[in-house]
Parts: sequence; C-alpha cells; structure tokens
Amino acid sequence: MNKTLLASNRSVLIFLLVLAIFTVAVTLMAQATGFGLISTSFVKTLGKTLCLCIIAIAMDVVWGYCGILSLGHFAFFGIGGYAVGMWLMYARTEEIVAASLANQPLPATAQEVSDAIGTQIFGVVGSSELPALWMFAHSLPLQLLAVLIVPGLLALVFGWLAFRSRVTGVYLSILTQAMTLALSLYLFQNDSGLRGNNGLSGLQNIPGVSAGQDWVSVWFFWASALALALAYILFAFVTSGKMGSVIRAIRDDESRVRFLGYHVETYKLFVFTLTAMVAGVAGALYYPQAGIINPAEIAPIASIYLAVWVAIGGRGRLYGAVIGATFVSLLSSWFTGGGAPAINLGFYKIVWTDWWLVLLGFSFVAVTLFFPQGIGGLFDYVAVKRNANYGPDDGSWRAEEGKPE
Amino acid sequence: MEDGCANRGLPMFKKFMLPALSSAALIAGAGAAFAECEAPIKVGVLHSLSGTMAISETTLKDTMLMLVEAQNAKGGLLGCELEAVVVDPASDWPLFAEKARELLTVHEVDVIFGNWTSVSRKSVLPVIEELNGLLFYPVQYEGEESSRNVFYTGAAPNQQAIPAVDYFLEELGVEKFALLGTDYVYPRTTNNILEAYLQDNGIAAEDIFVNYTPFGQSDWATIVSDVVALGADGKSVGVISTINGDANIGFYKELAAQGVSAEDIPVVAFSVGEEELSGLDTSNLVGHLAAWNYFMSADTEENASFIDEWHAFIGDDARVTNDPMEAHYIGFNMWVQAVEEIGTTDVDAVIDAMPGQTFPNLTGSTAEMLPNHHLTKPVLIGEILEDGQFDIISQTEPVAGDAWTDFLPESAVLESDWVDLKCGMYNTETETCVQLTSNY
Amino acid sequence: MFRALLLACALTVSAVCASAQDLQSVLQEDPALYNKPSRGTTADAVEALLASGAYDVATFLERWQGKEVWQHDDGRFVYVTDSDPYTLIDIDTGEEIGTADKGELTQIKPNAGVRGVIGSALVRFQLSDPDPARRIAALDAINRDGSAEHLEPLAASLEGETDPDIAARKERLLSLLTARFGDTTEARVEAINSLAEGVSLDSRAALNQILTTRSSVAAEVPEGTNVARIRKVDDTFTVDAAYAELASAGLAPTTVSDADVKSALTAHIVDGEVAGVPVAQMNDPAARIRAYQSLVDAGQAAPFVPPADREAAVKAHIFFDAYVEPDAAVTDAAYAAMRDVDLKVSAMQTADIALDAVSLASIYFLAAIGLAITFGVMGVINMAHGEFIMMGAYTGYVVQQVIPDYTVSIIVALPLAFCVTFAAGVAMERLVIRHLYKRPLETLLATFGISIALQQIAKNIFGTQARPLTSPGWLDGALVFNDVVSISYIRIAIFVLALIFLALILFVLKRTRLGLEVRAVTQNPGMAASMGINPDRINMLTFGLGSGIAGIAGVAIGLYAKVTSEMGADYIVQSFMTVVVGGVGNVWGTLAGASLIGFLQKGIEWFNPSNTLAAQTYMILFIIIFIQFRPKGIVALKGRAAGN
Repeated sequence: MNKTLLASNRSVLIFLLVLAIFTVAVTLMAQATGFGLISTSFVKTLGKTLCLCIIAIAMDVVWGYCGILSLGHFAFFGIGGYAVGMWLMYARTEEIVAASLANQPLPATAQEVSDAIGTQIFGVVGSSELPALWMFAHSLPLQLLAVLIVPGLLALVFGWLAFRSRVTGVYLSILTQAMTLALSLYLFQNDSGLRGNNGLSGLQNIPGVSAGQDWVSVWFFWASALALALAYILFAFVTSGKMGSVIRAIRDDESRVRFLGYHVETYKLFVFTLTAMVAGVAGALYYPQAGIINPAEIAPIASIYLAVWVAIGGRGRLYGAVIGATFVSLLSSWFTGGGAPAINLGFYKIVWTDWWLVLLGFSFVAVTLFFPQGIGGLFDYVAVKRNANYGPDDGSWRAEEGKPE
Repeated sequence: MEDGCANRGLPMFKKFMLPALSSAALIAGAGAAFAECEAPIKVGVLHSLSGTMAISETTLKDTMLMLVEAQNAKGGLLGCELEAVVVDPASDWPLFAEKARELLTVHEVDVIFGNWTSVSRKSVLPVIEELNGLLFYPVQYEGEESSRNVFYTGAAPNQQAIPAVDYFLEELGVEKFALLGTDYVYPRTTNNILEAYLQDNGIAAEDIFVNYTPFGQSDWATIVSDVVALGADGKSVGVISTINGDANIGFYKELAAQGVSAEDIPVVAFSVGEEELSGLDTSNLVGHLAAWNYFMSADTEENASFIDEWHAFIGDDARVTNDPMEAHYIGFNMWVQAVEEIGTTDVDAVIDAMPGQTFPNLTGSTAEMLPNHHLTKPVLIGEILEDGQFDIISQTEPVAGDAWTDFLPESAVLESDWVDLKCGMYNTETETCVQLTSNY
Repeated sequence: MFRALLLACALTVSAVCASAQDLQSVLQEDPALYNKPSRGTTADAVEALLASGAYDVATFLERWQGKEVWQHDDGRFVYVTDSDPYTLIDIDTGEEIGTADKGELTQIKPNAGVRGVIGSALVRFQLSDPDPARRIAALDAINRDGSAEHLEPLAASLEGETDPDIAARKERLLSLLTARFGDTTEARVEAINSLAEGVSLDSRAALNQILTTRSSVAAEVPEGTNVARIRKVDDTFTVDAAYAELASAGLAPTTVSDADVKSALTAHIVDGEVAGVPVAQMNDPAARIRAYQSLVDAGQAAPFVPPADREAAVKAHIFFDAYVEPDAAVTDAAYAAMRDVDLKVSAMQTADIALDAVSLASIYFLAAIGLAITFGVMGVINMAHGEFIMMGAYTGYVVQQVIPDYTVSIIVALPLAFCVTFAAGVAMERLVIRHLYKRPLETLLATFGISIALQQIAKNIFGTQARPLTSPGWLDGALVFNDVVSISYIRIAIFVLALIFLALILFVLKRTRLGLEVRAVTQNPGMAASMGINPDRINMLTFGLGSGIAGIAGVAIGLYAKVTSEMGADYIVQSFMTVVVGGVGNVWGTLAGASLIGFLQKGIEWFNPSNTLAAQTYMILFIIIFIQFRPKGIVALKGRAAGN
C-alpha cells in the first residue's frame, strides 16, 4: 500500500529525505547531542516550527484539498496542548507535594494529597479545588488519549451539526471562527478550571526527568520531526487515490459530487475530524516546548494566521503548507526579533519591529492576488511535470486519468 | 564576573546564526573609555515593544535605557561599560520564556529587568530558575509567589490593596464593596485576598459584590448600574477596581455619564496611573482614587530630578512618570549598589548581597530589600485631579512587602526568607520548606 | 495647658492674642488633628473648634474642607492668595501677614472622609445660608450621611426657605430623617408611608436601614425582641450550618474537624504509633478516626459530637432574625412600604435592562450595518471592516486635535470620517476585491492581510496608548427617569444614529436609482450590465457606502468607549455574527440579528451578573447552535434573491 503511495507521490519521498537530513543536521548542531553550534532556545524554536508545520498540513488538507476554510483549527491545537499540559502540571506538582508532605509527622491521606495538589496548582489563580475536569490528570495514557479524543469529538460534533445543515463557504468559516472564539472566551474564565488567563505554565519541566533542557529540547525536536513525517505520510495517503479525488471534487463542486451519489457530508466530516485530531497531536508536542499554554493561544487570530501560512506556502500541496509555516514563522521571528536591519529613509526610519506586520499584511494581499499558488508554485517551474496539476481551480482529475494534455 | 561576553571561541556558525536569533538593539556607550574591562556588563531588558502590553511596557524599556545611560555617564559599573540588551517578547507569553532563554544563553546577560503581566512572569520563571538568572520585576502583583532568582520591586498586595481597603474602611466609612476586575490572575487573587480581609473586618459576604469582565470590555452600563443599586440598603458603597488597561476608559466614561461622583461612590483603582489617565478627559473623575507607591506629583527633590532626567531623555515634556518606573529606578540602583559592594555580577553573589540594600525612593523615604526579595514601600493614595495628575492625600511609612498573604488560610502559614531559611515557601506550621523553586 | 497656649500665642506672631479662644490657638493645641486629619478624629476636632466660640469657625471649616488651609513651617495655619511667593492671610483676622515661598508652606489636604465629616458639621451653618449653592451643599451632606442631629435644624430651616426646589428637597430629606429618627411612632409611620411612593435610592436606603436585622439563636426568643422572622432548618439552612452557629454562639460543644483530628494525633505520637495504631497506617482516614477514638476514650481529646446529638441540639433552639429597631409598629410599616417599593423596583430594573439591551443592540447594529451592505448585499467578506471603524474613530480624534470645540469637531468629524473611509473602501475595492469576486474565501484572507497592516500602521502613527475622543458637553450625563432607570445621552445618540442609518440605507436601497442598480448587480451582474448598468461602478460605490458608514460608526463607538488601534478587532467577529444571524442580504435581518444578540447578552448577564465573560461565551455558543438550525438567519431571503 505504502509503496504505491510513495511511488505515485515522489514528493513524499523527497520531503521525508529533506526532513531526515534536517533532523540529523540539527541533532549534530545542538548543544546536547552535537557540537553546540545552535542554542537550546533555537532548537526549541525549530521543534515548535515543526509542530506548526504539522497543523499547517492539516489545514492544507481541510482547506486546500477539501475546500473548507476552517478558521478554528488552532482550537484543536490548543486542546491538545491543554490535555498534555494538565498531566505535566499535575505530575510535577504531585512530586513536589509528595516531597513536602513526606516531612510531616503523619503520612498524608489520599484526600490530603489531592487537596495539596489543588492548592498548589490553583493557588496561583486564587482557588484550591481540583475541578472535575482534572479527574484523569494523574494518568499520562488517559491524557494522551484525550489529546486525540477531545479534539476529535469536538470536531465530530461541530462538523456533524454544520455539514448536516449544509453550512458552507464563508458561513462555515465564520462559524468555525465563532467556535474558537467561544472556546477561548470560555478558557479565559477562571471558573473554567484551567487556570483562566494564566493557563498552564512550566510545561517544559518534564516530571521524572532530570536531564537538562538542552536534552529535553532535542527529544522534543525528534518527536516533532517524527510526528511531522507520520502526518505527512498519513495525509499524502488520504489525499491520493480515489478518496483524494472525491475530496478535491467536493472542493471544486460540492453539489455535483452529491448528485453523483457520494455522501459529501461523511467525507467532509472525516477530513475535518481527522485533521482536528492531528492538530491536537501537534499541539501536544508544541506546548511542552513553548512552556506555557493559555487561552490567548487559541484566539481567532491564530487560526487566521494558519490560513495565511498555508496560502503563502501554496494550497493544495502538502509541502506547500510546510514551506509556508516554516518560512512565515521563522521570517516573522527574525523580523520581530530585530534581526532585520532598519532602513533609514532620511525623513523616516523603518524599524522592522514596527513595520513587519504591515509588510506581512500587504505581502499577503499580493500573494492572493498575483500568486494564488504560493511559494510552492515555484516548484512547478523546476519540477518535471509527471502528471496533472491537482491544485485548486484546476479540476479534480484522478491520478490514473491525468490531465489531458 | 566570570561571565563571559568573551565568546568562548565558538566558530563562525554562531556568529552567523546570531543575527537570526538575536533581538538585540545594542545601545552604544556614553563614550567614556572603559579600558579596564574586556567586555561590557550586559543588562537584559525584557519588555513587550509590540502587541497589547506595549502600551505600558515600552515606557519601562525607555526607563531602563535611561538608567543604563546615566550609569555609563557616571563611569559605568566596576570599570565596565553597561550595555542594555533589548528584546521584544511582543506581548506573547510563550515568547517571554523563549526570549528569556535567549537573553541568558545567547546574550549571556548578567541581569534582566522585565515583565509586566503576571502570566508573563509565570512563563519566564521556570527558565530563570533553570538557568540561574536574575530578574527584577517592577509591577504591583498578586503575591503568592517567591523565587530565589526574582526580586519583586513592585508592590505586594499588603503594600497596595490592603492599605487602600483600610483607607476605604476607616477614612471613607465604606460598608459595602464592589470588587470589579478584569478576568485574569492579578484581580482574581487580589480580590480573593480582599474578600477574606474584608470578612475579617466585619463586612458580611453579601455586602461584597464581585464582577469580572474580559480584557478591553467597553459595555459598562449594566455593571455601573448594578454598583449604584448596591446603595439601596443605605450602606455606603465603594468600588475597588482592578480593571486593567483600555477597559478603564469605557468604565470611567460610564461612571461620568451616570453621574457617579467620588463623594457618593468612591472608586479606588490599582491599575490606573498617570499613563492610563492620559487617554481620558478627567474632569468628570475628579476625586476618584488610586493607590500606588509612587505618584508623579510627589513633592521631593529626587522626584523632580528624576522627572527632569526622564523628560530630557525622552525629549518630550508632556510624558508622565509612573509607579513601575520608580520600581525599576530603585531596582536598578540597588543592583548597581550590590554589584559595587561585592565587586562581581555573579548571580549567586548578587542574590546574597541584595537583601539589606537600601536606596532612597522618589517619595521621600527609603526602600529596603527584604530577605523575601520584596521591598519596603510607602503606600500613597491619590485623588484624581483635572489635569490627569494625582493629589496625594495619604502617605504611610514604608511597609514591608509580604510574599504570602496573611489573609488566606493556605498562605497564612507560609513564609519566604532567602537569607536565614533559604526557602521561598516555608511552612511555619510544619516547619518545612514546601518547595525550593517557585510555583508557576 | 496654659503653657501650651502661651507657646501658641508666641508662635502666632501677628495673631491677636486678646482672646485665648482665637482660632489659631485652638488649632495649635493639637495641630495634628488639623494638619493630618483622619475621619475618626475629625468629629472631635470640629467639636473643639465649635466649642471654642472662636470667630467665624464656619469660614475656617469651609476652607479646610476645600483644601484652602496651609501650614507654615513655623507651625502657623494660614490662608494664602497668589502663588509663589504666596501671600499669607491670618485665619482669625483675615489680614495679610506677609509672604512665603512654596517650600515653606504645606497645603493641608483632608481626605474625602474628613471632608464629609466637616460637611456634616457645616450643615447647621449652611441650611439657612443666603447662598443657594451652600444650602444645596448642606442638603447633599445630609443626604450622604444624615444623622439624628440634622433633624431639628432641617425642620427649622424649612420655614424660611424661598427657593421652591430646595424647599421640596428639604421636605423630602425631612421625611427620610423622620422615618429613621423621628420622636413618635406616629410621625415615623407617617413618614414611612410617604416613602412608599417612589423607587428612589435614598428612600429605599432609609427603609432598609429601619429594617436592619441581626441573626441570633437562643433556647427561646427573649422578651421584647422585635422578631423579623424565624429561620426554619431545612435544605437551604442545613442542620450542619445551624449547629455551627450554635457552636459559635457557645450554646453547644464544637464539632471535631479533620484538622483537629490531625493535630491531636500529631501531638500524641509515641514511638511511631498513636494510641496503638502505627503512624504508617495513618494515610487511611479510617485508621485516623480509630486512633482518635482511642485518644478520646483515654480522655486525651475532645469527643466527636454524634449526628443525633447535633440534631437534638439544633431542635432545642430557635434560630431567628430580629430587627435592630425595637418598635414593631415602625418595622411593620417599613416592611409593608418596602414590599410596595420592591415590586416597583423590579419592574423598573427590567425596564433598565431592556434599555441597556436596546442600547447594546444599537451599538452592534451600528458596527454591523456597514457589513450588512458589503457582506450582506454584495457578499464580500471584508475582514478590514473593523479597521474602517477604527479609521473613523481616529479621524474623530485628529479632528478634535485641530478643532478644540467638541460640538463643532463632532459635526466636522462625522462627515469627514465618512469621506475618509469611503475613499479607503473605494480604493480597496478597486485594487483588491474587484479581482477576487469569484473567490470569496480568498477575499477573506486578502482583506485580513489589509486588516493587520492597517492596524499596525495605526499603531505606528498614533502609538499603542488609547487616545481620548471626548463627547461634547451636551452629551454628558444621562437621561434619568428615576434612580433605577437611566440611560446616558451618548447611548441615546448612538441609538438615534443607528435609526437614522437604518432609514437611510432602506431609503437608498429601496427608493433610489442607485439602490435598484445595486440590487440588480448583486442578483445578476451579467443581466444588469446588459441593461446598461455599469457593475464595476455600482460595486465600487456600494462598497464605499458600506465602508463610509463604518467610519461614522467608528466616531460614535469611540465617543462612548475608547480609541485604540485594536478597537476594530473587538467588533469584527461580533459584526459578522450579527449579519449572519440576522440573515444575509437584508438590512432588516441585521437589525433583527443585532437586537437578538443585544437582548440575549443582557439577559444572560442579568442571570449571572458577576461574570460578563460567561455571558459572551454562552451568547456565541447560542449563535453557533442557532445557525445550525436556521442557516439562512432570522430573516431569510426567499426565491431567486436568495441565490445559492
């Protein structure tokens, strides 16, 4: 199965090769495993960028391939982060509490331990009860399961409601945006039981691990690279073959596909839910590297940026999403970090920290207007065209058919 | 000073990567020759220059640049030039942690001055503790925290909130309280402490109205009406506001529109200073209150020269000064003093040398660094004037900052003492150290 | 004492020392009372002044209250005129006594509480003052902090009152005071009955004060207690709560808490066990209780109170609330009056919430009405709509910098904001949107790019600090129906503005040539073009119109809230939802959407007043679900106009 997939998608092989080389190179340059050429914080940045690539691919599948412009995928990303963050916080606090309670004359009862953990975690936000939401927080496997299940379930319910009522196009975009807004507003409340605006912090400290952050950063980098590779293969599989054709057909003309007898809603729901679950995994890998997750992370603007990355990278091609996410997020941190030299116009000095967003905004307009294929479109000029272009606005031919030349 | 900006001979690559990682706007020295020193002493400045918090934090960045420049003009520190390394965490909390790591590992700064919001501090804490950095945090905060690597130069709740409530209880005779806050950790924790404190002082639970609004709330009509309606049982009502940032503008406009005068329902704010009032027409707000440890209108010589220096540095006589600026002023000067005393910028040595340092504050008394890494600070209560300044109507003697409040049962038993107990979270009941790192 | 006085006289260089009772010497007896006054001590300080019989104490009190008294470094209290150097004026004689620099003088600033006490003391001087402003000040003081002493002077001053308004207020205050402090039961009941008429805050305050109760518990109700109600032990007032009250009143032994158990056990650890139970087993609550019971049996700890005992103890007592006011006739009358008033108040509160909801709806409508045209009629997603609102608000700000008169500047700003955003909208339509009519999702992204660029440009120009946009004086204040129902003028203005735009847009779309062409172009551009309409021009104008209205909305929103670069982002999602909920393609739909969202949000806020954030969350959830069941919105277009 995989063989045919790889054979028909050479880009998958090339991508995996590039990713492997990149991973090895970073490993060799990192402080813990290599020659210390790049700092730990930069390894973390790279690891986080890989996670962003994963959600960008997911976004590309849901938007570039299936035509659903979801402005809410960061909600799933955030839920994944919260799910894993709950365990990280709980387990770390449990260690501290156990050590502290061991000093008292009477051994602590289970109730006392759980009260102390609650006070530790929620004392920061002026509460001491461990909410019901945290009932599985003690168990890593259960929380990891939640990373997949909660986003999946939310996407399933939301998608089922939305697709069933034939909400499409711009309406659906606004609806997904409303969903992520509602979720972030809910999490902003202290009463939500996830520490409100403060969110979960100190996530980079992995309980039971005594190694320094230089090692932890590399482990997470590897995990992110592996996850990216797997996600890439998964989505390459989903978007190729007959199913890929149907998905693309839905993007190009939903009603026609429906008239042909396909159950459009099921396909859409499958893609929406699957991408949400992958986004959850990406978030679960991202936030331990970022160190903190809070509701601002899932504000609607984040999901819009996600769409921006995919559009700049090039929709309808998986590697385009990766390029877009990497390019824009690294470029953005270069510009906002003050790395770009200021331009002195004589009467006015352009400081990029101030003007980067303006540049990004307008370049985005330019990409939409003049290069709908994005950066990925550049590859079409160099690559030998083996088969037809399956990108947006160009029909949905199956691989076997090819485009009539 | 075994620090090294003296690069450990890392090859070309790091030099190549540096611009990509660095966010340094390096400030040239004052021109003096610092011959004895091979590398400048680096002072990290970790304040958002973009995003929502840029409003408040940019001013603090400028304050730090001014202080560094002034110190260089005085001959630097230990014969070395001071160099400010400014990064922009862009009001993005995870980015704070990333930039803090960058400051400590890539730029290898000797000290960091930074942060405004509590969540950004919580984000930075694990990094600072892991890498044994040194952070000076200049903003009033909710307490319930103590880190060996952090010096809190802003007010703890007992240095701002509690005295302000005392003022309401004793001087204004308020019997019913509306605690209005933006929904985040500082108002939540502060209000929790205040609720407990008020109940200790005989205010019934039903006489305390608590409301949380989102950041940037603009529709205040119903909430202000609710507050006015509190007066229906004949008790005099007061508002304790921990409303943050922009939301204050709509709130004060609505107060003015509904004709709520300071005599009827006084409002004391903990997050509204000179800077915030400059976005408002204050003629309708005269008499409402704010509690801080510093007001620009403080009538002392130190303050006058500080304001002059600030105006000269920023090149604009209309710019105001505020409380966190004073906190940075005290914090920076104490750090300089401690470094000069021990002759090194080594973090562990400085941490040991800091407690006990004293420095005159800008309001006429003296600030002392306590073993719990908090300052002694006088509490000032000011009434808003027509020109957007505050009329100081009450000023206490310096109050010792308390990391763990005495008014919540869980934290009443906790104590922080980095000198004798060497613990930031010491349980006085069980006489054990709960944890050495801080809670985040 | 005498020596102190002499000293004081010596200090007061130019004061006339003829009388030992002059003001300066009274002040010097205890200067701290006057230069660092506190609310607790001021009443005594004022009494001392009044008792001294010094000349013109009232003037001194007034100036003290007005922060006009200064203290010289040599200790003298003075009035001053001019500024630096100040001319000093003697507080007794009113004569000039030299000058002083700012450095030598300290202004005395009594705080608001002290000022209130002084004001209350001044009442007796001011009630019959010829100056009406002073009489009103006196009435304000009584209103804020009325006491029994005010009753007599107030009644006396009523006779000579010439101003009818002030007289009416005096009478009202008199009945408030009589209700609380009157001599006879009859007078009080009569006054209370007169208070039942309105819903004003002060009458409710007076009634509530009469009705103040205290909770207590006793074996039987003591003689002469004015009982308000007996508290029954039931689901809301549980046995545990009742027993806790008994215990804290000392009428029953306290229960043993887990913490008590723990500390007792800790105190009795002997050789790694407590009363025979090994410490290692103490992580089990049952083992703890077993060990504790052994301690109890050994007489080393207080026994548990079994539930049956607790219930019996609770049963043996009466829990009741008693009025502080002993006179039952008075409390009965007040209770009856209060019941009437409460009924009226809740009706009024509903009206007030409804007014707030209307106001919120009109703000949402105003913010969304531009979108109703660009998105609703043309189908163009403009994520930069919020930034057009922001541009309008900043236009207002800039105009206010140039034209200082607020009224004129608003009159100039409204059309100017329209022009600015109209131009911006036309430019955007021509340069960007025109090329993307076939790709609506990409319009969304392109306009989002413009939105973040515009936001950042505004930040670069105006800074991140909020800018003041001040409404003209005649929009200050509120339209007050009574103490419960009121609405600020600025909100009324926004409401009126929203109505005007609704009418305007309906007129343009339904009654003008342009409107006809707009509708034609949106329904079928090809057909419209073949009928001689230029679709490009129509699209451009329509988009400009929608954007221009957003600009005017920006001025209005800036007036009532804030002007920042991020203000647009606060409204954009809300506005889209308003349009979508209402139904695309119809201005009435937008109105319906705004009303639904406004009323819904206020309704949720009413149920849960302490958490505004929750109201917003639930509102959005409601919208999401609403759209599932009515995807085309409240007012759905039918037939061909509905398009696809």
